[in-house]
Amino acid sequence: MVKELKAEVKRLNFYYGSVQALKEINLPIERRKVTALIGPSGCGKTTFLRCFNRMHDLYPHNRYEGEITLYPDNINIISPEIDPIEIRMQISMVFQKPNPFPKSIYENVAYGLRVRGVSKRAVLDEKVEKSLRGAALWDEVKDRLNHLAFDLSGGQQQRLCIARALATDPRILLFDEPTSALDPTATSKIEELIIQLKNEVTIIIVTHNMQQAARVSDYTAFMYIGEIVEHDKTDKIFTAPSNRLTEEYITGRFG
Amino acid sequence: MATIFEKELTDLKGTVLKLGSMVEKAISDSIKSLVERNSKLGADVIDKDPQVNALDVEIDEECIRLIALRQPRAGDLRLITTAMKITTDLERIGDLAVDVSERALELNEEPQLKPYIDIPRMAEIAQGMVRDALDAFVKRDSALARDVIARDDMVDNLNWQVFNELLFFMIQDPKTVSRAVKITYVSKYIERIADHATNIAEMVVYLVEGKIIRHMTVPDDKKKN
Repeated sequence: MVKELKAEVKRLNFYYGSVQALKEINLPIERRKVTALIGPSGCGKTTFLRCFNRMHDLYPHNRYEGEITLYPDNINIISPEIDPIEIRMQISMVFQKPNPFPKSIYENVAYGLRVRGVSKRAVLDEKVEKSLRGAALWDEVKDRLNHLAFDLSGGQQQRLCIARALATDPRILLFDEPTSALDPTATSKIEELIIQLKNEVTIIIVTHNMQQAARVSDYTAFMYIGEIVEHDKTDKIFTAPSNRLTEEYITGRFG
Repeated sequence: MATIFEKELTDLKGTVLKLGSMVEKAISDSIKSLVERNSKLGADVIDKDPQVNALDVEIDEECIRLIALRQPRAGDLRLITTAMKITTDLERIGDLAVDVSERALELNEEPQLKPYIDIPRMAEIAQGMVRDALDAFVKRDSALARDVIARDDMVDNLNWQVFNELLFFMIQDPKTVSRAVKITYVSKYIERIADHATNIAEMVVYLVEGKIIRHMTVPDDKKKN
């Protein structure tokens, strides 16, 4: 079976001012699969993830080179001609710590749609419910949609952030260590959710928890000092990696 | 500096080797018991089998503990799963040494049918295969493991040779049938020991190269069986 790609990274370089943080990155992102980025702190995982929705544009002197092609449109995400705001609607990010807006549960989820100019109540209601269901939160919050998002537990807040990200029908969901602030029960809920979500959306996840990468991802890329050392099917990486550096990292013998 | 986990893995390898040396001794003692008509040796092999079984269980428990607590990955994971599978083969080899001893004890009660020539040769090759397979395991030497696998054919051929020779005895004189059949069993037990050594060697190739090579090809002489 031919793999269907959702995105393809080609010779990506990224610079924070004069410091090169990513070097010649090539990576296919298969459609409706989970790709995990692993590697030691400072290797460039998060920097790489943030390229996908142009988060680096928020600061001056940051510079991209190369291409991240989004399929089937065939557009280069990091091209200056592409509007980063629209890209962030299509490629949403879920962060390390849940960061709901100081608004109601309902308004958190509806936010992206309102930015897009959707104001019909019926449309918003439908989307909010669908997104909350998609994030496995609906049953827990359906009777208190107008409560403040901060009333929710940490795990619920994180699922709310996932619902918020889903509301704009993103093509790619980015997760930056989505469970590092959560307890094991909440973590396992988020992991189950990630596995379910890939039926509808392509996912890239950065994680420090290697077992999490092993549990949720189809592909794993090991990064080291701004480069991708090895990229393969997750089961291959965790049973018999090809590269010695990958082996040392995932068996905890690094350095 | 070795981590606690690395030390645990080293200890695990050590325990597998200990089981291996117990089993190797069981093979050589069971054959000696037959060839030298020394029933005491054979009885010892039978008596010591529970120790082999206990160590088999001990290794399994340790592997399960390491998988649960250390969540091994890559080479570590392959080492632990290999140790588990190797142990099963070693324990089976121990059982086969017991089977050889039981036949030896029976045969030693009767006049010797013929001098044992091919049986000790087979046993020597099979025992060497077990030893080298374990050596390959400890040294992560897949070339040595493949060499062990190649030796299995020699044992298979000797097994046929022994069988045909004993068949001739049985046709000549039906009074030899009971003894000849028992010696045929012994030959088959040794052939099975070599098969288990081959399994171990195949697991070592997996350990080193991450490739599962068993059931890949069937040598011609095995197709005939």
